[in-house]
Amino acid sequence: MSHNMLLVFEVTILVLAIFLGFEVISKVPTLLHTPLMSGTNAIHGIVVVGAMLVLGLGHKGPFMWIVGFLAVVLGSANVVGGFVVTDRMLEMFKKREPPKPKDE
Amino acid sequence: MGTNVSNLLYLITIVTFILALRYLSNPAHARRGNQIGAVGMLLAIVVTWVKTGGTSWWALAVAMLIGGGFGAFAARRVKMTAIPQMVALFNGVGGGAATLIALAELHRLLPPPGKPTLDILIAIALSGLIGAISFTGSLIAFAKLQELIKGRPITYPGQKIVNLAVLAACVGLGAALAAGVQDQWLLWAVVAGGALFGVMFVLPIGGADMPVVISLLNAFTGLAVAVGGFELENNVLIVSGMLVGASGTLLTLKMGAAMNRSIANVLFGAFGQVSEGAAAIAAGSDGGTVRSASAEDVAVMLAYAHKVVFVPGYGLAVAQAQHDVRQLADLLEAKGVEVTYAIHPVAGRMPGHMNVLLAEANVPYTQLKEMDDANPEFSRTDVAVVVGANDVVNPDARNNPGSPIYGMPILNVDDAQAVVVLKRSMNPGFAGIENPLFYNPKTVMLFGDAKESITKLIQDVKTL
Repeated sequence: MSHNMLLVFEVTILVLAIFLGFEVISKVPTLLHTPLMSGTNAIHGIVVVGAMLVLGLGHKGPFMWIVGFLAVVLGSANVVGGFVVTDRMLEMFKKREPPKPKDE
Repeated sequence: MGTNVSNLLYLITIVTFILALRYLSNPAHARRGNQIGAVGMLLAIVVTWVKTGGTSWWALAVAMLIGGGFGAFAARRVKMTAIPQMVALFNGVGGGAATLIALAELHRLLPPPGKPTLDILIAIALSGLIGAISFTGSLIAFAKLQELIKGRPITYPGQKIVNLAVLAACVGLGAALAAGVQDQWLLWAVVAGGALFGVMFVLPIGGADMPVVISLLNAFTGLAVAVGGFELENNVLIVSGMLVGASGTLLTLKMGAAMNRSIANVLFGAFGQVSEGAAAIAAGSDGGTVRSASAEDVAVMLAYAHKVVFVPGYGLAVAQAQHDVRQLADLLEAKGVEVTYAIHPVAGRMPGHMNVLLAEANVPYTQLKEMDDANPEFSRTDVAVVVGANDVVNPDARNNPGSPIYGMPILNVDDAQAVVVLKRSMNPGFAGIENPLFYNPKTVMLFGDAKESITKLIQDVKTL
């Protein structure tokens, strides 16, 4: 694919992702605002993939190596921390047995 | 692994992220959603690992162990009350990673000059800038919530103009980079300017608004990651980053709506900075005195009430008193008192914070009332017990146009027959605003740590 065709394709999926992002969380109750923020925070941890490509495929001397290494460290912290914190929050929303009748 | 195969596998990751977002919007499946997202992420990481073909594999492994280890450790060890600042921290490092990728990519493409195309250069400048804003902005938000720096707005004359000038300079430098002045130092200047802007833009925002700011910076990081995808010609970065950018923006708007404040007001209003007019009104109105009560008195009030409403706030989270409140509520219910909890959408430091804490103490969902359902009930409530909440019950939001929180919907606890406020001291709340509720003749204060006060109440109610 030529560079321009690729660019047009990329812009297309970018715009579609904008609409999808709005649509997919359009009905979220207030009590899930925090977990959802934390969950999306974990998802942008995908940046680690970019960081890995820089570190893994970069062959241009120590600068790229150091910057790539740091980027992978930061990206991995984003991924692992993001998912674990979200999971801890959502642990609280386990289904529980219905409230006991009052006359107990 | 060929590019086509890896792109197809990345597509699976994208699908899991979309499912994750959908599931996260529903209390029954939210946790499953997060797990689906984590599996998709793992897939993307494995695919990328294979794609890099084993070059620098040990460096990758060490870097991931350091980053992942820190993330897991920090996320596991942190107390529930400190979770907001953890989200800020993890968001910041994501933005930092996006900036580093931009710096590395430009370094790879330059020299020789003229090799990178215009769109790549624009993407590099943008993701470097946005990532840097998100990085330092999130760190300041973290420091404010962690109370490493003071939560109150830090302002000076001409602040907005200075901020705007810094941002404009960054955009100008970025444009020069894209237009053909292909010098790596230009990108470093853009990144430094963005980092400076991130600090200056969050400093004037009050601690109480940090959740909204974190949500906005979260959307910023998503955008930086999506733009980074253009640099690396990587679809999974473009789509996942933009999904977060868009849903994060919508979430920010929703959070603002829950506080009845526009995002512009949150960002530029220096919320919590007490205007002189408001201070004067507050000074004039506090002719009343504060009545403090003993736990025994309050226990009697509660035990002989028909209807008691608990209004939890950040103080409950700090004192970790949710289990004790539940125990007190059970005791009161055993005595035939009707007990509910009134939850303000932004009580605590994040929307939903109180729901999380009370759910931890196994308080039944049916007893939790959202603001619109709770407010009409206060007029037939005997005692409203405010546990460590302040701004969300401040009548100034209704009555005092000079107050910084004027117009924010609040819980009308002053409609109840009596109000008990559990509070550590008379210090103003997180936003630093006076609260006339404490001077209301209906109100009695029970000073002390919320957990200790509730424990005393439990003992006293038991002896009645």
